[in-house]
Amino acid sequence: MAEDELPKSKADVDARFTELYKTHLRDVYSYSYYRVGNHHDAEDLTEQTFLQAYRHFERALREANGRPLRPWLIRIAHNLAANFYRDRSRKPESGIEDAGLISAPHTTESLVEGREQLKAILDGVQQLPDDRREALIMRFALGMDNREIARALGRTDGATKVLLHRAIRQLEGMVSEPAADTAGGRE
Amino acid sequence: MSSGAADFEALLREALSPVDPPADLAQRLELTLVNLTELAHEELDSWELKAMRDPRNWVRPAAAAVVGVSAGTALVVLRVRARHRVRKQRSHNPVDLAQRTLHDVAEEAGKILPRRHD
Repeated sequence: MAEDELPKSKADVDARFTELYKTHLRDVYSYSYYRVGNHHDAEDLTEQTFLQAYRHFERALREANGRPLRPWLIRIAHNLAANFYRDRSRKPESGIEDAGLISAPHTTESLVEGREQLKAILDGVQQLPDDRREALIMRFALGMDNREIARALGRTDGATKVLLHRAIRQLEGMVSEPAADTAGGRE
Repeated sequence: MSSGAADFEALLREALSPVDPPADLAQRLELTLVNLTELAHEELDSWELKAMRDPRNWVRPAAAAVVGVSAGTALVVLRVRARHRVRKQRSHNPVDLAQRTLHDVAEEAGKILPRRHD
């Protein structure tokens, strides 16, 4: 069935939904993981996201007009994650389990230094304001472009570009500050 | 873009590398979606005979049956299933468990049904 063709039966809807979750399971899981900081809650959030998506899938297909559904899916995860923290009265975990660090390739020489740098970046991401953290996760973990991120966050393309730019600059400042302090302390 | 900025973005991309879900998550999720309606019927089967003897309970299976034919069942069943362990711990016997399950299904159906008119 063509991407922009509406399903004609319940079986078509289910087939399209199966296709959707197979294509985007990794995206939703990655997003959830970087939002909640651990695999257990990320699994819960991923499952809830797809169940919620299933409930509204037909309407989403009608309203998408053939546009990709990934931003819609990530927006559901985004809203559920917000509820997750509100319901449990807690914030994202300060440290992230080191899945990203383990899966990223490193040369032997740079292993220790590289891991510290990546950990500093991950810690910095967790300290960013919510909207900046969200935008960075969508861009770098999911590879979404500005337009997709804008749709997921309900912003304009221009505002999203500025948001991303500021997020990167702020994070870069946060990561380089401790290094500068350390270098200054040695002098 | 300066090379420093490009380097930092490369590091960021490495730090936030995509995370693979556990191998069984996709299968579990698919199974959950496929079994939702069946699970709703099982929940109904387990208590409907007992509950139907009491007219006060007739509205509950009716509500569960309505959601049993829609995607809304997904949330009802998932929420009811999620509390199964708690219900079991608190139940004194199978009849008590069935009544608690009945109550949870009715409560969750009540939460879901109004939203279906959105």
